[in-house]
Amino acid sequence: MSYNFAYLDEQTKRMIRRAILKGVAIPGYQVPFASREMPMPYGWGTGGVQVSAACLTPDDVFKVIDQGADDTTNAVSIRRFFEKTAGVAVTEKTAEATVIQTRHRIPETPLCADQILVYQVPIPEPLRFLEPRETETRKMHGLEEYGLMHVKLYEDIARHGEIATAYAYPVKVEDRYVMDPSPIPKFDNPKLESPALQLFGAGREQRIYALPPFTKVASLDFEDYPFDPSKAAHPCALCGAEDSYLDEVIVDDAGGRMFVCSDTDYCASRRDTGEAA
Amino acid sequence: MYVAVKGGERAIDAAHEWLADERRGATDVAELSIPQIREQLRLAVNRVMAEGSLYDPDLAALAIKQARGDMIEAIFLIRAYRTTLPRFGVSAPIDTGAMRCDRRISATFKDLPGGQILGPTFDYTHRLLDFALMAEEGAGATPAVAEAAGAARAAGGAEATALPHVAEYLDREGLLQPEPEDNTPPRDLTREPLDFPADRPLKLQALARGDEGFVLSMAYSTQRGYARNHPFVGELRIGRVAVSMDIPELGFAIDLGEITVSECETVNQFTGSKTEPPKFTRGYGLVFGQSERKAISMALVDRALRWEELGEDDVGAPAQDAEFVLSHSDNVQATGFLEHIKLPHYVDFQSELELIRRLRAEAMMASTGPQEAAE
Amino acid sequence: MALSAPSVTDAMGGGFANPPRDAAIAFRAALGVMARPGLIREITGGHPPLPLSPAAGSLLLVLCDPETRVYLSPSCDTDAIRAWLRFHTGAPLVSAGQADFAIGPWAELAPDLPLMRKGVQDYPDRSVTLIVEMDHLSPKGARLTGPGIKDEAWLNLPDIAAFAANARSFPLGFDTFFTAGDHVAALPRSTRVAGVA
Repeated sequence: MSYNFAYLDEQTKRMIRRAILKGVAIPGYQVPFASREMPMPYGWGTGGVQVSAACLTPDDVFKVIDQGADDTTNAVSIRRFFEKTAGVAVTEKTAEATVIQTRHRIPETPLCADQILVYQVPIPEPLRFLEPRETETRKMHGLEEYGLMHVKLYEDIARHGEIATAYAYPVKVEDRYVMDPSPIPKFDNPKLESPALQLFGAGREQRIYALPPFTKVASLDFEDYPFDPSKAAHPCALCGAEDSYLDEVIVDDAGGRMFVCSDTDYCASRRDTGEAA
Repeated sequence: MYVAVKGGERAIDAAHEWLADERRGATDVAELSIPQIREQLRLAVNRVMAEGSLYDPDLAALAIKQARGDMIEAIFLIRAYRTTLPRFGVSAPIDTGAMRCDRRISATFKDLPGGQILGPTFDYTHRLLDFALMAEEGAGATPAVAEAAGAARAAGGAEATALPHVAEYLDREGLLQPEPEDNTPPRDLTREPLDFPADRPLKLQALARGDEGFVLSMAYSTQRGYARNHPFVGELRIGRVAVSMDIPELGFAIDLGEITVSECETVNQFTGSKTEPPKFTRGYGLVFGQSERKAISMALVDRALRWEELGEDDVGAPAQDAEFVLSHSDNVQATGFLEHIKLPHYVDFQSELELIRRLRAEAMMASTGPQEAAE
Repeated sequence: MALSAPSVTDAMGGGFANPPRDAAIAFRAALGVMARPGLIREITGGHPPLPLSPAAGSLLLVLCDPETRVYLSPSCDTDAIRAWLRFHTGAPLVSAGQADFAIGPWAELAPDLPLMRKGVQDYPDRSVTLIVEMDHLSPKGARLTGPGIKDEAWLNLPDIAAFAANARSFPLGFDTFFTAGDHVAALPRSTRVAGVA
């Protein structure tokens, strides 16, 4: 049997498209949507897949990364799904892609207008680990009551001397909604202010949210403890980049390690063009 | 050297081939057919249909075969398939009063019009392995037994319209909390996002497709005192009901076919609350197929969730907490999120690693600092 | 425009030739303009009965179905348009106050605006989307700033005060597509609007 273009039936795509538009109109606000069961498990990118399916056209060039890499197994699986069901062209080059689906990273190569970055989101609610009830957190967003979050961050500082959140670092969007940027390392947070449209899909939790291009996105902090997007102080062992986020790889039984770019396309293109030190 | 993340495509292909091989098992054993699964593993088929929210025994059997008997995987296959189906319309509510019962029992009355019909149940079997079933041929029902079963089914069919619900007898006496008539079309969990507060139809819908184990454990917790609600099985009935649909172009309803369902209505003791006088109250369960454990569990959890409506106290029990129960009852959601922690998390872990190293270094510095300064 | 009742074939025509593909392309246009207020793009594929524009018709085909409630302003509320909408989308027609989508020229929609759904505190998304039919679209008139806009953008809004007020009620409010011929632009509630100084 054959499936519809991009797997989902047209009515489902319309429902998702309506949710995306409301998300774009209310940056940082989580729009409920009737997420469908997809042929991959919840928690494996079903939200991102549904958003991509609703956005892709046959003319798109699609890229999928997981942890920054195009060749990790789940990225391969999702890319194949759309090759098969939407017949779209695929690429590993960030600059060539029109739609990029990502899990846990923002590409190092700056994005441009007319690109769409689709995030897979596990827990869209930034307040969830402070308050497990959706009925309560929704009220808190409605009333712009974010005191709980500030208390948590401040307690971190009191105890550790810094905010002990290294990924999924919360941001405030256009001075209104506190938003979870998905589990990207906080190193990526400054890249959330982008010329590209960013869409966030949480399938299991049934939420879609968005950052239109050039939306103001501020990582939460305090005047005396400003946000610090730091990363390991190493260059990439392969391409020498000092400005990219690095994976730590254990290379021998003695626990020897090396640091390499998590963004495989960035690393490879630097090596191809001889930028490697 | 650095090849860990390369080779994803080849690894996936190889894994799929191996999986197919494992599914088939030893080739000197005959392959399972879909009719065999449908007919001989019918309770498994029923569970896949119930939690997959799709009534199609052949597809459920296929899913069980493809999933190698992993029930949640089979349910997931059915759900994913269901996503692709366009919706043509909505059937009329089924009439369980007109059920052609294979089984109908009441724990509250010794006898009642229509009688107790035991039907095909494990209830009074002795749970002894039947080694006769190990013989590949010839085990199972003799033609005489099959004939008798057929006759019993036909008799059930004949009496179908004559089986009133047990609850009606209590209702007539005014002892039973009346259920308000409501013809509002219920919300549809598969078409709208879950949202709180959830009304009773939505709760029942979530429970009907919820994981059997989860609903069972929630129900069990109420029996052990976490929001105890004193249930009696007023009636459990299992049988076939007609599904019909109004066709506006025709101006009348047509029968689309028949489905088997299990329905359980509990009668719960209720000593009254601030707002309600003492009377009996109800819990309700309805599940595709013969799935009586699930139907009874559902009725108990339904009753526990009704505390607010009946003016009872919130004793803080998990089964009273609609947001907790509904948010965690779906096994396809649960298993996906649970198992996703197998996926790579190098990036998040790396950022944690750096944070922990830094915090430790600072903590050590703080505790050893004075000595170092002295040196 | 014919005054007789539309024939069945009229209603059946004017849909997307290749629905999955045409809808995907039209949606990207709609998404593009909603994400970049002031941007004007082509949107095609729908051919509704007059006086609806192809752009408005394409938006309706992309976004509406039996799950969305649609309000047609008086000049759009013709038998031909009703039949076309029913055949292609199945969307129920409702009064302005209940609508998920409201279609018509600004002069006809504006009086009902106070009744229309602006969302609620916990669910600001439960709000109307307007499809405002315009004579033309051009990047001048009102100055736009906010999400989706690098520095500033311009668009010929039909009513600066109403849209400025809408932005002030953020996160509640309505969102708007403007359509003219086969072109579309948009103004989400997040866009701050100012008149020419």
